[in-house]
Amino acid sequence: MVNWANFISQCFNGLVLGALLALIASGLTIIYGTLGVLNLAHGAMFMLGGYAGWLAYTYTDSFIAAMVVGSLFVMLAGVVTERLIIRHFYARPPEDQLLVTFGLGIVFVELVRFFFGSLSRTTPPPAMFQGITNLGFMVYPTYRLAALGIVAIALLVLYFVLYKTRLGMIVRAGIEDSVMVDSLGIDVYKVFMLVFGIGAMAAGFAGIVNAPVVSIAPDVGEAILVQTFVVVVIGGVGSFPGAIIGGLIAGEIISITSMFNPAYSYVMLFVAMTLVLVLRPHGLLGTAGRE
Amino acid sequence: MIRQRPYLIELFVVIGLCLAPFVLPYLGFTPSTINRILIWGLLGIGFDLLFGYTGLLSFGQAAFFGTGGMFAAYMLTETPMENTILALFLGAAAAGVVGYLVGLIALRRTGIYFAMITVAIAEVFFFVEFNPLSEYTGGENGLPGVPTPNLSLGFTTIEFDSNWTMYIFFAFWYFVGLAIALRIVRSPFGLLLRAIRDNPLRAEALGHNIHGYKLSVFVIAAIYTGFAGGLLGMFQGFMPPDAFMFATSGEIVMQTAIGGAGTLFGPLLGAGAWLFMSDFFQTTLNLGASWKLVLGIVFVLLVCFLRRGLVGAFVDLYHLAAGEKRKHEPVDETTAGTGAEVENMAAIANRSAEMLARKPSSENVGAILKATGLTKSYGGVVANSDIDFSVDYGEMRGIIGPNGAGKSTFFKMLTCEVSPTSGKIVFEGRDITGLSVTDVCQFGLTKSYQINQLFERLTVRENLSIAALGLLRGKFKLDLYRSLSGVPGLDHQVEGAAALVNLTRRLDTPVSELAYGEKRRLEIGLALATSPSLLLLDEPLAGMSPQERVTTVALLKSIAIGRTMIIIDHDMDALFELVGKVTVLQEGRVLVEGTPEEIKNNPKVQEAYLGGVDEEMA
Repeated sequence: MVNWANFISQCFNGLVLGALLALIASGLTIIYGTLGVLNLAHGAMFMLGGYAGWLAYTYTDSFIAAMVVGSLFVMLAGVVTERLIIRHFYARPPEDQLLVTFGLGIVFVELVRFFFGSLSRTTPPPAMFQGITNLGFMVYPTYRLAALGIVAIALLVLYFVLYKTRLGMIVRAGIEDSVMVDSLGIDVYKVFMLVFGIGAMAAGFAGIVNAPVVSIAPDVGEAILVQTFVVVVIGGVGSFPGAIIGGLIAGEIISITSMFNPAYSYVMLFVAMTLVLVLRPHGLLGTAGRE
Repeated sequence: MIRQRPYLIELFVVIGLCLAPFVLPYLGFTPSTINRILIWGLLGIGFDLLFGYTGLLSFGQAAFFGTGGMFAAYMLTETPMENTILALFLGAAAAGVVGYLVGLIALRRTGIYFAMITVAIAEVFFFVEFNPLSEYTGGENGLPGVPTPNLSLGFTTIEFDSNWTMYIFFAFWYFVGLAIALRIVRSPFGLLLRAIRDNPLRAEALGHNIHGYKLSVFVIAAIYTGFAGGLLGMFQGFMPPDAFMFATSGEIVMQTAIGGAGTLFGPLLGAGAWLFMSDFFQTTLNLGASWKLVLGIVFVLLVCFLRRGLVGAFVDLYHLAAGEKRKHEPVDETTAGTGAEVENMAAIANRSAEMLARKPSSENVGAILKATGLTKSYGGVVANSDIDFSVDYGEMRGIIGPNGAGKSTFFKMLTCEVSPTSGKIVFEGRDITGLSVTDVCQFGLTKSYQINQLFERLTVRENLSIAALGLLRGKFKLDLYRSLSGVPGLDHQVEGAAALVNLTRRLDTPVSELAYGEKRRLEIGLALATSPSLLLLDEPLAGMSPQERVTTVALLKSIAIGRTMIIIDHDMDALFELVGKVTVLQEGRVLVEGTPEEIKNNPKVQEAYLGGVDEEMA
């Protein structure tokens, strides 16, 4: 039997999860679109964000500091990884890129496990967002509402960067035709480095925001990575709006199915993905010829 | 290296498997580690066929490992069945069925999409096993009480219940799996897998149903994986649920990459290195859980620096130690193009042309190809508009036109690489509009590409074989056990095509070592080896030196015998010398059609090439 209050609250949960997934998938999709590398370490970036935020919080007791320090740290991690390793793989076959990012993902996860152990950690929500809010038709945890707002702002910022700045224009042009951008005399390597950093930061930021909702453990990124893949397949690779729509769809599917039986949430997600693959093989907002 | 001396590799493997229990323990391998290596090695064989040979990187093998293992374990623990070998096969079959269904979905896409979809599907299996099916799979506890392998002979039953007897059992199945895989690799089917890895689009254009081959190898890999899953349950005495986990899929990928993909032995070596390191770091160095960190770092370094894995490293070391320098045959570009060479070639060609023809050309009269109202628009851009075009049997037709006139788009529509927005194409009395490029090639219509589309990592002989196999075997055949040399007429066809394009002496050279002119000729040779009754040549002379042009024109003249050809080229002198009739395209329309003489003197054509801009603006 469906309880309506429960249903609406699950819809909200789906919105929060969906927004988070949209942010993570945007990072994955702009990295792939621009650099041509599918970053299998993207889940690890999410996890790194969560840990960096938690660490910053335990030292400063400030959630804002946690967000700033955490995202900067993950961005730095992304930039360093691109410079040291990913850069040497642009000319190599896609399989090698998958292998090396997969390996990097393991290294990140195991590094965190080495320093912080396997136990899960919890970042408490900031003081002003603790407790619950009465929305009139239901009561809902305040922090989740706040998280929804924070992620929406982050997505807006990302939108602004992608569509309103010079860097964003180069990134979008690169997604269309990276050879052309290269021959226009733009230093693509510098752009690649920045894009990898920003993409990683998107995942890391989502990790920080998520930390007060669900406690974090070193392997928290694994499941997120799989869900992100589904989002990208549904939305279409290389499409920022696709990542957002895909994220919201996936979030709602997971949440609403969980209300009936959590065990089937992945099955339903998979059914949705299969439907998209059959009906629109390039994803809802993807275009043909981009593999 | 797989080519020469059949059964030599198999013999070495048997010797290796017999010696392993006596040698490996001295190197620090425990019997149970050795058994584990065999299980992972066996599963890796299937994975290597998928990844190393076909180029399909799946991150979802855990689904089949778990399915096969759980199915076998369930049979042995929850049903009266006692025959362990039968259970193994049933498990493998179950994995194969599941592999077929998963393949249908995952193979809708390629590349990174394929990788992502396999990950997602495998995760679904993990959750389904854990919850909805936990009644059958034991959920997070797995299935305990899986019996050790036995072999019932009727009068007595052989039990493989100790580490070393189990080794015999596992080694036997490893050998069977490897022998089958070696057969597959040497079969026409195996060659097509490598064709798909190197250039799927060309394999498709040469008349092969590549989706069918991909799906088949996906199922084969699933069967290997499921069988290995069954062995794991028997080896451990219980079937662990973590066989379904993403980490399992990752391990298979990593082990194969460590060992070296595309070698069949890579996964075994990779598993050996992996499990040895795992033992070494955990037990000897006492690293505990952080051994995975070391392993991850080792793996990343390996991917960065040892591209071809351990097997590749051994091969390089061997070459280094033997002081062997790669022998390059001198490229005889200079001799080609001399008058004698050209005549000699024409003589060979005359003979080969007859051998390669599909059917006697005298039987057919009238139009071989007729296109009516052919139009193609991309969004608002009209590339071709309302083209009527007809070519007779035995004709040699030229198509010219300024850049952007829509020549290549026109060819792509004729070969069904792109489907026209409107219009109709009839080839040999058959409406081929909207068919696939594969079917059209099977009917005898194919194209040589403007930009070389070759199988770079294969030899000239293998390249031509891939083309000829489309003709000799049809678009799909599951001939896993037939050797490549057992395909009737293959050598004849390949050598005929090689003689035609003057590459007979380079048959066993890898394409990557060919000179540009030779690659161009091979490009035409690929099209010829399908014995087309209508051959389209998209700028066959592009990028050739004047000398190479002379040779190629002579070559084109000689292959025209018994064949209908349409040639696009910008080299007017060469084209006018070759063809009987020329069609001029301009801005996606047919401007004029006629003999070379007529075209040369046509004011409209001169205008099109010299630019009629002033007039239009006026």
